[in-house]
Amino acid sequence: MNSQQQWVAFSTIVRREIRRFMRIWPQTLVPPVITMALYFVIFGQLVGSRIGNMSSLPYIQFVAPGLIMMSVITNSYSNVVSSFFGSKFQSNIEELLVSPTPNWIILVGYIVGGMARGLGVGLIVTILSIYFADFSLHSVPVTIGIVFMTSLMFSLAGLINAIFASSFDDISIIPTFVLTPLIYLGGVFYSIELLTGFWKSLTLLNPILYMVNAFRYGMVGITDINIVGSFAMVGLFSMILFFVALWLLEKGSRLRS
Amino acid sequence: MNTHQNNALLIQGLAKTYDNSFQALKGIDLEVTEGDFFALLGPNGAGKSTTIGVICSLVRKTSGSLKIFGIDIDDDFSAAKQYVGVVPQEFNFNQFEKPIDILITQAGYYGIPASVATERAHKYLKLLGLWEKHNVPSRSLSGGMKRRLMIARALIHEPKLLVLDEPTAGVDIELRRSMWGFLEDINRQGTTIILTTHYLEEAERLCRNVAIIDKGKIVQNTSVKNLIKQLNKETFILDLKGEIENVPKLNGYPLTMVDSNTLEVAIDKNKSLNQLFDQLTALGVEIISMRNKTNRLEELFIDMVEKNLTADDEVSSNE
Repeated sequence: MNSQQQWVAFSTIVRREIRRFMRIWPQTLVPPVITMALYFVIFGQLVGSRIGNMSSLPYIQFVAPGLIMMSVITNSYSNVVSSFFGSKFQSNIEELLVSPTPNWIILVGYIVGGMARGLGVGLIVTILSIYFADFSLHSVPVTIGIVFMTSLMFSLAGLINAIFASSFDDISIIPTFVLTPLIYLGGVFYSIELLTGFWKSLTLLNPILYMVNAFRYGMVGITDINIVGSFAMVGLFSMILFFVALWLLEKGSRLRS
Repeated sequence: MNTHQNNALLIQGLAKTYDNSFQALKGIDLEVTEGDFFALLGPNGAGKSTTIGVICSLVRKTSGSLKIFGIDIDDDFSAAKQYVGVVPQEFNFNQFEKPIDILITQAGYYGIPASVATERAHKYLKLLGLWEKHNVPSRSLSGGMKRRLMIARALIHEPKLLVLDEPTAGVDIELRRSMWGFLEDINRQGTTIILTTHYLEEAERLCRNVAIIDKGKIVQNTSVKNLIKQLNKETFILDLKGEIENVPKLNGYPLTMVDSNTLEVAIDKNKSLNQLFDQLTALGVEIISMRNKTNRLEELFIDMVEKNLTADDEVSSNE
């Protein structure tokens, strides 16, 4: 395939992915918005007003960046895992596998599709958060950079999960038992300055902590951890996941017999 | 100079052993000439779908070589894939998508821009009688329509080699015949076609050359005409005008009674049918119609597969 044909194949995959999540918008776009609105009402307005300040910020302002990041992570991941596994389950992934589309285009196409949903939902939740809290964006490059890289990383993780999955149970195990606890314990709702000793050290092993803090820094200018370290860690993880996903596709693992 | 320049497909020593140690292909050789209408026949589990799987890259070969229009898949599978269109046995399109979107998306995977893809999608949907349904979710199509949609999808990048894995399975006879007509047309226009089927009448009617595969080995590879010539005996069903109580005894024609109105006779190729009728007429038995018990190719097919089974039994008993 020449580069022009590769571009057509790539844009076809991205268009198909966007069409898929737009077609089922009551399942893909509405639930995260409702969930986040409830978080804002309960943690921001009702409970948050009694908590007072967290890291010298009103609680709603502290928690909002974490909630936006949470929706980006879960939607990026779930879009790719459900779309790729769905294609595998219905065997229509074969349409792509028999075509001359190179594996790296298949990979990038699915990832961009996942990022489109993750960032789209993130944008909707950000607009929603403006209704509940006042923001003055502290650093546009940090905010945009970290949200893009986080979305990329979790889209890649979703694809790897989908390649290994052989049933619908397999695509819900990681989000339920790994992703959700990591998000909830990743500094979305509290500052790690509240923790001491073992629990603080344990929390520092959670990669989501770095993403949430970098994003919070970009939005409101406060962070519990080093921003450069956050970018380096997300970049490194994304690179590793990209090459693992590509290797699995090249090998045809669980896709070609 | 490449001696296989006119080969649409050239397979040499192709072997496939699955992870569970099942040896699906045991070193097969196959040549399909450009423009041919070729049948790949064999019983269930013989290796037909594995062969097709290797051609379209869904199955990774264990050893051997495969060239599509002279391009070795080990050198440039991506280029070879541009020449191949595949119609699989099972429905494998997204049932939630509309037929028009399925075709345009598939064209995109081959690098065909949307404007050209849309034009072609309209053409093939009309040619295959699906235009009326182009904008409905494909899950609402009938079984026959879904099969035609898969043919349209396989043709959207206008491949030079079309591989069909039992395309008419479960399709009613009227639709089957219209699909035959369509396939004959595209073959006449230059597309090489490889077909696997369980309907041997289909292979006899459509195909010029045939390979019979059994237990991962090619047991016969010749023209359909040559294959039919190998038929030593044909079995006919004779419908009688009146009823009979006993089987008539004829000289050189072993008859068996199916029921009081029907007789069955197996006739050697070198024997005349006239003598059979003369003897029956002399006994006062009147024939009103006559037909082959099974398709001629089917008789040969069963014979070859049985011979292969016997040969294998002999080998295993010697071991």
